[in-house]
Amino acid sequence: MSKFLREFPTIRAFRDALSQRKFSVQEATSALLQEAQAQSALNAFVDINAELSLAQATQADANLAQGHEGVLLGTPIAHKDIFVTEGWRTTAGSKMLADYVSPFNATVVNALNDAGTISLGKVSCDEFAMGSGNEHAHTGPVRNPWDHEVVPGGSSGGSAAVIAGGLALGATGTDTGGSVRQPAALCGVCGIKPTYGVASRFGMIAYASSLDQAGVLATNADDLALLLDAISGFDAHDATSIETCQGVVNAPGRILTDYNKYLANASAGKPLAGLRIGVPKEYFGEGLNSDVGAAVEAAIAQFEALGATRVDISLPNTAYAIPAYYVIAPAEASSNLARFDGVRYGHRTKQYTDLQDLTARSRSEAFGDEVRKRIMIGTYVLSHGYYDAYYLQAQRVRRLIADGFQAAFAHQCDVIMGPVNPTVAPAIGSVAQNATAEWLGDIYTLSVNLAGLPAMSIPCGFAPGHRAQPLPVGLQLIGNYFDEGRLLAIAQTYQQVTDWHQRRPGDAA
Amino acid sequence: MALTESDVTRIARLARLHLKETEVPALQSELNQVMGLIAQLQSIDTQGIEPLAHPLSAINEVGLRLRDDVALPTNDETTRDYFMQNAPAREAGVFLVPRVIE
Repeated sequence: MSKFLREFPTIRAFRDALSQRKFSVQEATSALLQEAQAQSALNAFVDINAELSLAQATQADANLAQGHEGVLLGTPIAHKDIFVTEGWRTTAGSKMLADYVSPFNATVVNALNDAGTISLGKVSCDEFAMGSGNEHAHTGPVRNPWDHEVVPGGSSGGSAAVIAGGLALGATGTDTGGSVRQPAALCGVCGIKPTYGVASRFGMIAYASSLDQAGVLATNADDLALLLDAISGFDAHDATSIETCQGVVNAPGRILTDYNKYLANASAGKPLAGLRIGVPKEYFGEGLNSDVGAAVEAAIAQFEALGATRVDISLPNTAYAIPAYYVIAPAEASSNLARFDGVRYGHRTKQYTDLQDLTARSRSEAFGDEVRKRIMIGTYVLSHGYYDAYYLQAQRVRRLIADGFQAAFAHQCDVIMGPVNPTVAPAIGSVAQNATAEWLGDIYTLSVNLAGLPAMSIPCGFAPGHRAQPLPVGLQLIGNYFDEGRLLAIAQTYQQVTDWHQRRPGDAA
Repeated sequence: MALTESDVTRIARLARLHLKETEVPALQSELNQVMGLIAQLQSIDTQGIEPLAHPLSAINEVGLRLRDDVALPTNDETTRDYFMQNAPAREAGVFLVPRVIE
């Protein structure tokens, strides 16, 4: 871990140090780029371009000298390799785009550039964001900084690994079925996905468009609030971006305003007095590792000690999220990935007989097994005669799941808490015994995407891994639509009285 | 209802994927495992439930937003070539493909 991030481990502390001229953005950026090389065994970075990073740093130093005040000015971050970036390659973890350089930036990338952040490069993800362990990237598995034998989670595995490894203060991620929250949990860092439509999907390589949502990862809730606020807002380039939600305008500033309001209104002794925490019984059933469950229960007890009330609730359709998701996501993926035709961009096969053969061979050569499997499932469920039985039925179940959350929020609770993942990080190569084994671990995260709700993961303890080594456990917080500011304030309140988020790989146990 | 080998071949053709014959049996088995998982959907009572496409449409007015139908000026050669830089084969502003019409 870089000495800059050890001494100044939060965005605000780092920014204060820059204001006090303790070091320049240039110095910190150079040191972090060196650190990324030193930790190349993590296999987290897939493209580093020191010239581009240092150019951003030079500009940030100039802006600092002129008295620019933005809190994110100079913040070192990394971008998930699913966001298109000018200058840095964008591969989506796929051989299909191994040499692709985008002619434009994703809206999220532009927003963070405008805020003055420094991009240290692109970080690995599962191919087209399909996976839960970052084992499906064409550049090979990413390693978890807590233990190089285990996965970092996925699909935003590189993003979580660079935060846990002390290589960046923040990272972008995307969450289609848990891909921000799950790697955050398995790497012992924090991650949030906002309400569907809050952050722009423009320039985010599409997997399942009605579920895909950009998010951010960092070491603590306060940093998440700063980063998420910066990437939020309506974007006309994204057809499902939202302008307002129940009368509230989707614009930068909204999340931080809510966050500050909730923190300011908290009373000193019992800051969470009045908060009702819904605990769904379906999230603590068979399949949940007992040590993971115990860490999550202890965290909920800590929230009660802060004044919150626990309410036992039921989300009866939770189990149906898996089949519904694995119809909707592959269906949308098969449609989205049809654009890779070997003609306009991406891999083209060397030998072919005609146009159709060119496309089919190019796709088969370049797509990995998981992607190919999901494209075929999607193609099948959308094909003539099966559309109603699978796709429309899955969308009906999707409404049942969304309605279940709304019933709980309307009558029983303000926030929902539970585990993120049933286990701690498994060993690399241990999961994929059959076609669906990896998918079952998504049980606690998928419903949130189907309903389009905001949700986050924060570290809440440790549990034994495959050789009894301690590995991080994540707590999931699920809020109602547009309630990101409150979720972040609740997490921040917890992190003021606990230090799980400050634990780092290699610390004395 | 299990997928047969010919189903797998047909799906691959629809998906524009080129399968080697030797790959078909393993894929057939994998796809059938997936079909087994998603078959649960058929047993859920969804009578009278409307399909949900945009998740926020459950609580919020979500209209289809269309851009103004105007051409944007990207017709100069430099810009055009810049946007085509990732094409595997191009010439004079067009994408090259094998002959389609004899």
